[in-house]
Amino acid sequence: MSSTAYTVGRDQAFPWRSALIECAITAFIVLMLAITMVGIHLETVLGGLAIATRFADVGVAVVFAFIGRLALVAMREGHPLPALIGATAAAVLGVFVPPIDIVAAILQALGAEAPTPTPVLQVMQVAGGAILAVRAAWLVWRQRGSAGRRAERGRSLDAFAAGMRGWTTLIGPIAIVFAIALPFIFDNRSRIDLATLVLTYIMLAWGLNIIVGLAGLLDLGYVAFYAVGAYSYALLGTHFGWSFWICLPLAGVLASSAGLILGFPVLRLRGDYFAIVTLGFGEIIRVILLNWFEFTGGPDGISGIARPSFFGLAEFDRSPPEGVTAFHELFGLEYNGIHRVIFLYYLILVLALFVNFVSMRVRRLPIGRAWEALREDDIACQSLGINRRNIKLAAFMFSAGFGGVAGSFFATRQGFISPESFQFIESAIILAIVVLGGMGSQAGIVLAAVLMIGMPEIFRDLEQYRMLAFGALMVVIMVWRPRGLLSHRDPSVRLHPPPPRQLWPFTRLPKPSAAPAEKAAGQ
Amino acid sequence: MEYFLQQLINGLTLGSIFGLIAIGYTMVYGIIGMINFAHGDIFMVGGFIALMSFLVLGLAGITWVPLALAVVLVISMVFTSIYGWTVERIAYRPLRGSFRLAPLISALGMSIFLQNYVQLLQGARSKPLPPVIQGGFVLMESDTGFTVTISYVQIMIILLTVILMLAFTSLIAKTSLGRQQRACEQDKLMASLVGVNVDRTISQTFVMGAMLAAVAGTMYLVRYGVIDFFEGFVVGIKAFTAAVLGGIGSLPGAMLGGLLLGLIEAFWSGYFSVEYKDVAAFGILVLVLIFRPSGLLGRPEIEKV
Repeated sequence: MSSTAYTVGRDQAFPWRSALIECAITAFIVLMLAITMVGIHLETVLGGLAIATRFADVGVAVVFAFIGRLALVAMREGHPLPALIGATAAAVLGVFVPPIDIVAAILQALGAEAPTPTPVLQVMQVAGGAILAVRAAWLVWRQRGSAGRRAERGRSLDAFAAGMRGWTTLIGPIAIVFAIALPFIFDNRSRIDLATLVLTYIMLAWGLNIIVGLAGLLDLGYVAFYAVGAYSYALLGTHFGWSFWICLPLAGVLASSAGLILGFPVLRLRGDYFAIVTLGFGEIIRVILLNWFEFTGGPDGISGIARPSFFGLAEFDRSPPEGVTAFHELFGLEYNGIHRVIFLYYLILVLALFVNFVSMRVRRLPIGRAWEALREDDIACQSLGINRRNIKLAAFMFSAGFGGVAGSFFATRQGFISPESFQFIESAIILAIVVLGGMGSQAGIVLAAVLMIGMPEIFRDLEQYRMLAFGALMVVIMVWRPRGLLSHRDPSVRLHPPPPRQLWPFTRLPKPSAAPAEKAAGQ
Repeated sequence: MEYFLQQLINGLTLGSIFGLIAIGYTMVYGIIGMINFAHGDIFMVGGFIALMSFLVLGLAGITWVPLALAVVLVISMVFTSIYGWTVERIAYRPLRGSFRLAPLISALGMSIFLQNYVQLLQGARSKPLPPVIQGGFVLMESDTGFTVTISYVQIMIILLTVILMLAFTSLIAKTSLGRQQRACEQDKLMASLVGVNVDRTISQTFVMGAMLAAVAGTMYLVRYGVIDFFEGFVVGIKAFTAAVLGGIGSLPGAMLGGLLLGLIEAFWSGYFSVEYKDVAAFGILVLVLIFRPSGLLGRPEIEKV
């Protein structure tokens, strides 16, 4: 069809000169970036600092930058095949021979001192090579250069997202069934713990989604409500001995009230002013928790928080105190510590699904419609006679309440809380999940949470690179897909009825220029 | 009285540093309307590069303090501005024109990345720098033996800030670069139609912001003698608060906000409690925003329907 439009430059000679200049500039920038931070290492020694140099690493990084850029240029100019071969070779080579070893060998041959190896460069080579190879392979497969790729990719992913939405009716239950079966599939404590962690973030993100995704208010201090919930249960539980099952809803109510109190002063603010004030509230609450020793235990936090019982019927201990049934006895099982882990997993699953259920239903209530109206246009919303103050406060309260419930779950799961757990970075992670998933998309949040929380945890071996990768992933996903993974601009009401729902989400969308007849045939 | 004066001096010094960083926030906000969360980390990178250059200069035998300081400032500004440029190029430029939250999340990611990048490469421990400049003037001595001093470092910080502010204001007001920036701030499309290279102007904004942050980082290092990878976040948030306090998008506002915030912190720590100084800073921010929702010197946003 119109594939000729994409092959511009394919038959022309490769522009070596400009390509090499471009690569040299990239390499120079990497050199300037790396020469300080990578090249010089500040070592703490007795009585101050000493300097060690790592110029071999800088050199390797610069070479990587040059080669990587060359591969990108080759792809852009319509020669993806050499790029594919080169990138694959580099990645494969990287798996077996660490690049610094090659440098060390060369340096030794020259009679210089061998550098100490760092695994970073190897990771860079393998990962970078793999990414470039995938990209090149894609181009080879589509038989074109990258011209026009961006818009087209956006469209095909939009179609995927729309298709996914069509499938949510099907995928939703499948996912829930999978989640229910998960403890039996992975009979492994650490896996279930990880799943619990992911679910906690999913619940928090679903809660935050009400205020960010539905009401369109950028809240950077969500962790404040999480903290209020956690400390409510921790304090009520340790001081008054109140049971978890009483405190769970109570924590929600208390956090909700905190949302109401914090919501009032920010009602007039909009946009980024709102964001910075919520961030400020988050920090204020954390600082208070940190410094009000008498009440919160300060930096030591609160320990010895009671674990939940089995709905007040039985305890999960091996030998509970007199007069209390043990869980394994109640069900006639062998005692196993994993029972509690599984119970906690199901608890958070139910809580998260509850949040999802409530927010899906509330969305269809007048107040949910009002939130969406507020998100789309503040002034129009007011002109329609919607009371902005009330709906903003309601959004705050809903969101905060769910955060509080999640917080009290966190407290009971950990058995110990301290202000350390409620830093700004948590708010940022939760917000990132909401935005990366595609604003307002419930399924997108699940996907993003699994990706952002689950993936780094699986690569535990590279623990020190975890947060580095996390940050990089946030940037990459945003650059790659600015509206979030599963976003699509589908109006809820259409003038013309929508085309029949696409069942298979991987179908390629017809090009926009395609004739209507072709479109019909494509389905 | 003596105590008050001392806190005033301390507050002004701290406020100058906040102000220099706040300018970076406010300029970026003015021109592309995003909170550059990574700016605080650029400040931290600036501090680290300054520390490295101090050590290298020490090894090279340059120990005459004014020369060493000048060289360190230049090195730090050059290398930090490359970081600023790269951050913009990688994380923000591809997101130009996409929806509002995308660059914000990208900036958060960049901030996390930079923190961990520095932590990984330089270690998590805080790095000390022995005092470079010592001594100062005794301004006043009270009967109780309490002396009010202003150290040379403090004088240097305040002077440097004043000079940079003057230079910067005239840069924005008089040069063609400044005109281009103001044009982009008002209307990017129109600016590009009259021949302003918008992308380049935005890059220049980031470079300038990073340079000021590098100066602030160097000053901070010289004044407090220690830097670690997490420093940027805390100081960055404060500086952003300062920018909002003064009215985001306004250069004098950023400086005013910075000074105010520095003074609030110094006086609160001096008279009430050190622990709650952050609460005081954010509390004042909330109060100001309740009564003046667009900051002290910010222009109120005109809402068009």
